[in-house]
Amino acid sequence: MRLVAIGLAAGLFSALFGIGGGIVAVPLLIIVARLPERVATATSLGAIGITAVAGVTVYALRGDVNVGYAALVGIPAAVGALAGTTLQQRIATTTLTYGFALLLAAIGAWLVWP
Amino acid sequence: MTTIALALTLGLAAGVLSGLFGVGGGILFVPTLVALGLGQIDAQATSLLAIIPTVAAGAWNQRRYGHLRVQSAIVVGLASVAGVEVGARIATGISEGTLRRMFGILLFFVAGQLAFQAYRTTRRYPPSS
Repeated sequence: MRLVAIGLAAGLFSALFGIGGGIVAVPLLIIVARLPERVATATSLGAIGITAVAGVTVYALRGDVNVGYAALVGIPAAVGALAGTTLQQRIATTTLTYGFALLLAAIGAWLVWP
Repeated sequence: MTTIALALTLGLAAGVLSGLFGVGGGILFVPTLVALGLGQIDAQATSLLAIIPTVAAGAWNQRRYGHLRVQSAIVVGLASVAGVEVGARIATGISEGTLRRMFGILLFFVAGQLAFQAYRTTRRYPPSS
């Protein structure tokens, strides 16, 4: 039930402010669902995959998706994600949390002072 | 040529960010795609497609480490699709500037809460030397 609420909140804020659902889902998975940090980030990745597939399907019907450009940034990003997740296993959990908190504060600042 | 090299580099950086913190990477994808010449809406749509291989690679790797909870991910993902629907409907009816700022401030609090939690954990269980 908590997971449903987390998903709803992630989708809602994502649609309202044009930010990714992960920014909302990861802290909620840690604070509300009490998942360990690495599990929370991994589970968020899986959830984003589902949301992105649904989103792309809707956009593709309208014909706004540029497949070539998506590959241009998406393929190096897939390589980067492999590196990032591998690197994450070698970083202390607290360092990871401080890093995420910093990312959140940066996005918060960008929302407050666009 | 420079633009393409920049796109590849930013794509790689977005992927590392995604893998490290469990986010999609759209925060870097969208401005990169706009720089490549796409309009804001097209950039957001294209970013969603770029997110798919990114999070698939990250989730696959995390699954190898035993950190991915497949069922939870499916529940959160599906509920999130519903949330996007609701958000898209109410997005037109509210004063966006104020809401944006309030949400930004909320993110500061969440960042503080996370940092405090991490700090308390280190205090209680100091890392063994």
